[in-house]
Amino acid sequence: MSDVIIDVQGVSKSFGGVKANTNVSMQVERGGITGLIGPNGSGKTTLFNSIVGYHPIDGGSIKFEGQEISKLPVQKIARLGLLRTFQQTRIYGAMNGVENMLISLPHRKMSLLDALKKNTREDYERADQLLEFVGLYEKRFLKSGDLSFGQQKLLEFAMALMNEPTCLLLDEPTAGINPTLINGLIDRLKRANEEFGITLFVIEHNMRVIMNLAESIYCLAHGEMLAQGTPDEIQNDQKVIDAYLGAH
Amino acid sequence: MGNNKIILYAAILAITVIAPFVFPAFGTQLATLWLMIIVALTWDMTGGQMGYNSLGNIFFYGTGMYVAAAVTIGMVYDVGEYTSAHGGGITSFTDQQYFTGMFVGILAAGVFCSVCAVVIGYLTFGLRGPYFAIGTLGVAIAAGELVSNWDWIGGGQGIALPVYPGDLDEGKVFFYFLFALTGVAVFLFCRWLYQTRFGAAINAIRDDEEKADAMGIHTLRYKLVTWSMAAFFVGIAGGISAFQLIHFEPLETAYQTINLGIFMVVCVLLGGKGTLWGPVIGASLFHVFKEVTWNYFLGWQWVALGALIVVTVVYFKDGVMGYLLHTKPEWFGVKIDQKASEETS
Repeated sequence: MSDVIIDVQGVSKSFGGVKANTNVSMQVERGGITGLIGPNGSGKTTLFNSIVGYHPIDGGSIKFEGQEISKLPVQKIARLGLLRTFQQTRIYGAMNGVENMLISLPHRKMSLLDALKKNTREDYERADQLLEFVGLYEKRFLKSGDLSFGQQKLLEFAMALMNEPTCLLLDEPTAGINPTLINGLIDRLKRANEEFGITLFVIEHNMRVIMNLAESIYCLAHGEMLAQGTPDEIQNDQKVIDAYLGAH
Repeated sequence: MGNNKIILYAAILAITVIAPFVFPAFGTQLATLWLMIIVALTWDMTGGQMGYNSLGNIFFYGTGMYVAAAVTIGMVYDVGEYTSAHGGGITSFTDQQYFTGMFVGILAAGVFCSVCAVVIGYLTFGLRGPYFAIGTLGVAIAAGELVSNWDWIGGGQGIALPVYPGDLDEGKVFFYFLFALTGVAVFLFCRWLYQTRFGAAINAIRDDEEKADAMGIHTLRYKLVTWSMAAFFVGIAGGISAFQLIHFEPLETAYQTINLGIFMVVCVLLGGKGTLWGPVIGASLFHVFKEVTWNYFLGWQWVALGALIVVTVVYFKDGVMGYLLHTKPEWFGVKIDQKASEETS
């Protein structure tokens, strides 16, 4: 059995009478790219939120690197190196790109005394490199709130990389991004995975993107895990096709 | 630092040093101005930079007063006996006892208030926005009531400290410089702090605490540290005030929530929240405004003050610095790349 970094076992979560997740189990492998798909309202973001500690789960277990994290609050999970980006992009709009990057330095690796130091030349260089990496270098001194939605998404992605996570959960990274830029983004996600060794777990609506990106894909429908497999297997799975076309 | 800035800092420092000698009649007023600058700068550390609008910072001022007094007295006499003898004679301190007591007492006030901030912060930092403001205000009011019923430290009558052993005018200058020194220290401390990663992190907490959490920033730890830094300086300012005022009582002087407790917030709003110079400018403007109305519009001074607060809050939310930042961004080195911003939009 290969190295599992996130292990979700039998997780259920309901909001009032709505069962968002029912007995969901899945694994994310270390060093790989795992995808999560499903029709609208199938419980993908709920599962993400459960993993990162956004809300308590009703039952089941979630382990990160072997440690049970289902009872931990968001910041403690983030400090373990499990990071997420938001579907509704969240950046610091009043600050410029470089400031956003510097705020994203991995504070979890700093003692209080380290935090009381000024940013080093290396920090600035790394910020510039990563902004270059996502193609925002030219716009790095612009107020981030003035960037387009797609650019803000790229900035949020760069901020996440700056944080040096072990594992990164991306909620619809290509939504709102210009179709011509999407290929570039796929390439960058793959490079982030290979060059920085960051495990990626991606929610994605765009089938072309997820099929090109992920090595292993899970499909949720009506809050239940419907199928799991390689992109080929998922594409040819009748249950998945039915779920998307509404036969389920 | 550019040449202009060095000249500006040098000029301000020079004015600070010569002011009490050029305007000897305003010695106490100038000392109070520095007190306002201290409490405004420290209020802005949490209120402006971190987004936590405390109405309870006056708690640290009052507590600082009492701690400084109790420690100073306690080093020579029994505090309970001293306060119950109230005016009954045992108030003699040698010069050495006075100055040693003052030094230790003021320092103890700062440290004690720092610890208080951590404890109170631990209980109240779960509150957000107006709830935090009201929660901390409650702490300050409750503390005032508790202290005024605590006979050991003088109860509602307050405490009388020994008088400055020397010439009265010399004493005024002495306290002016204590405040000025603390004020300059607070300013330089803030100036340094806001340039560190820590400074950026508390700005992140202000702008989006949830995101800061999700990025793994130790939000609670940073909030506690920031507030305890602020409390340290407010405590010291309170300690100095205790010696300057000689006699103080809990509700009107020490835990004066409706006076200094509100003034510090108004100073910051007037000068510009979340900026280094805003609190300094705001405190100066506010203090001048207050003294002018108190002298020339007596009877209407509270009305004028209320009007100033309303106008500031409604029409001048960003304060002087905010206004300048919008209208003259180039003064602050903000470069706006016209071409790039057009491409974006």
